[in-house]
Amino acid sequence: MKAWLADRLPVAEVEAAIAHKTVPQHRHSIWYYLGGMTLFFFGVQVVTGILLLLYYRPSAAEAYDSVQFIMTRVPFGWLIRSIHSWAANLLVAAAFIHLFSVLFLKAYRRPREITWITGVLLLFVILAFGFTGYLLPWNELAFFATRVGTDIAGAVPFVGEATVRFLRGGPEVTGATLTRFYGVHVAVLPAIATVLVGLHLLLVQYHGMSVPPSVESEARRAGRPIPAMPFVPHFALRDLFGWTVALAMLAGLSAFLPWELGVRADPFAPAPAGIQPEWYFLWTFQALKLVPATVLGVSGELIALVGMTAGALALVFLPMLDRNTDRSRAIVTWAAIGALGFMVAMTLLALVGGHS
Amino acid sequence: MASDRNPMSAPSPGRRSLLNWLLGTWSAGVLGSIVFPVVRYLVPPEIPEAPTLSVMAGPASTLAPNTGRLVPFGNSPAIVVRLASGELRAFAGTCTHLSCTVQYRPDLEHIWCACHNGHYDLHGRNISGPPPRPLEAYDANVQGDEIVISKKG
Repeated sequence: MKAWLADRLPVAEVEAAIAHKTVPQHRHSIWYYLGGMTLFFFGVQVVTGILLLLYYRPSAAEAYDSVQFIMTRVPFGWLIRSIHSWAANLLVAAAFIHLFSVLFLKAYRRPREITWITGVLLLFVILAFGFTGYLLPWNELAFFATRVGTDIAGAVPFVGEATVRFLRGGPEVTGATLTRFYGVHVAVLPAIATVLVGLHLLLVQYHGMSVPPSVESEARRAGRPIPAMPFVPHFALRDLFGWTVALAMLAGLSAFLPWELGVRADPFAPAPAGIQPEWYFLWTFQALKLVPATVLGVSGELIALVGMTAGALALVFLPMLDRNTDRSRAIVTWAAIGALGFMVAMTLLALVGGHS
Repeated sequence: MASDRNPMSAPSPGRRSLLNWLLGTWSAGVLGSIVFPVVRYLVPPEIPEAPTLSVMAGPASTLAPNTGRLVPFGNSPAIVVRLASGELRAFAGTCTHLSCTVQYRPDLEHIWCACHNGHYDLHGRNISGPPPRPLEAYDANVQGDEIVISKKG
C-alpha cells in the first residue's frame, strides 16, 4: 500500500520534511503556539459554520426564527451556535495576540515578508467574517451595528454613497443586505481564507520558525547553537494539548454563558440605549464617538476613515517600512506599543464611559 | 532556404507581433465580457419608488406631552414629538452621523441618538456629540385625531 502511494505521491519527501522540522527553544518559544491556536479556532468555525448552514435561512423574515429554532429545537443546536459565536471571539483574540507577538519578535523580517502580509490579510478577513456573521441572526444590535459599520464607508469622497449602496445591496440595511452578507460570509470569505491560509502555512513550512534578533545575537555571542525541539512528536503533542484545553474552554463558555440571540431587528425602532459593537470593534466605536463632527471643515468620519486606512496599510507593509536596523526595530516596537495603548485606552473608555 | 519560409520554425517578427496582438485583444475581449456583467450584477438595481411626501403617524390623543413616537416615513423612520407645551413637531428619524435611529428623551426634553451619543434640540438642530447636520424637519398637523406629517413644501 505504502509502496503504491510512494510511486504516485512524494511520500518519502514529506516524511523527510516532517522528520527534519524542528522548533527553536528559547525564552520566547511560548509565542510559537499562537499560530496553531488561531488555526484551531478557524477549524472550529469551519465545522460549526457548516453545521449551522443546515438550518439557517438567510432572509429578513426567517433569519431570526431559524436561529431561534437552532437554539431551542435542534438537538445540541444551542451548543453548536454558542461555540460558533464564542470561537469567533476567541479566533479574533488569538489572531490579534499572534499578530502582536510576531510583530514584537520581529518575525516579519526578511525572508518572511509574504508570510506577514498574508497573515495581516487573514486578520482583515477574520474581522470581515466577524462583521458579516454578526448580522446573520438579524437581531436589533446586529441591525444597528451594520447600519453604522456600512455608513462609515459613506465618508469616502465621491464614491462613498455608491460604496454604501454596494455594501448594503440598496440604500438601506434590509433583507437585501442580509443575503449579501450571507453570501460573503459563507462563500466569498471562505474562498479567500482558504487560499491565504494555504499560502501562509506553506510559507511557514518553507522558511521554518523565525528566531527573534535578540536571541540570535545572544547565541552568536555565546558561540552556542540555539536548541531545537522536533516538531513531530514533541511540538505537535504540545499543540494538541493546547487545542484540547481550548476546546474544553469553548465547551465551558458555551454551556455556562450561552450566546444570546437578543431582540428581533425592527427597522422602525430606535437604537437601544447602551448599544455597543463587539469588543474588537469597541476602540473604533469610541474613536468615532470622540472625533468631532468637523475638523477645519473636514468631516470627522473622513478623518477617522483616513486614519484607519493609513494604519491598515502601515500594518500590511510593515516589513518594507522596517529597514531592519536596531533603530528601526525600536521604532516599530514603540509604534506598536503606542497603537496597542491607543486601542486598549479607547476600549476601556468605551467600557467605563457608556453614554453620558 | 525553404525552412526560412516555414512559418512554424521561424515566424517573422511582424507575424509574431500580429499574433501576440490578436491573442492580447482576444484575452481582453473575453475577460471584459466576463467582468463587465459580473460588476454590473454586483451593483444593486435602483428600485423606483414614489417619493414619500406625507404619512399618517397615528392618533394624536395617545401621544402624551413630553413623549415621542417613531413612524415609518417611506423606507426610513420619522420621529414625532409632542412638546411639554403640547405642540407637535416632526423630524427625520435617522441620525445624520452614522444612520442610527434616534429617540426622544423625556428626561433631557430633546432628541437623542444612542449609538454615539448625539443630541438634537427640539428644532432638530445638532447640539452635542458627533452629528454633523440637523435632522430634516417635517410639518406635523392633526386631521381629526390623526397626526399627518409631511415634507416641508
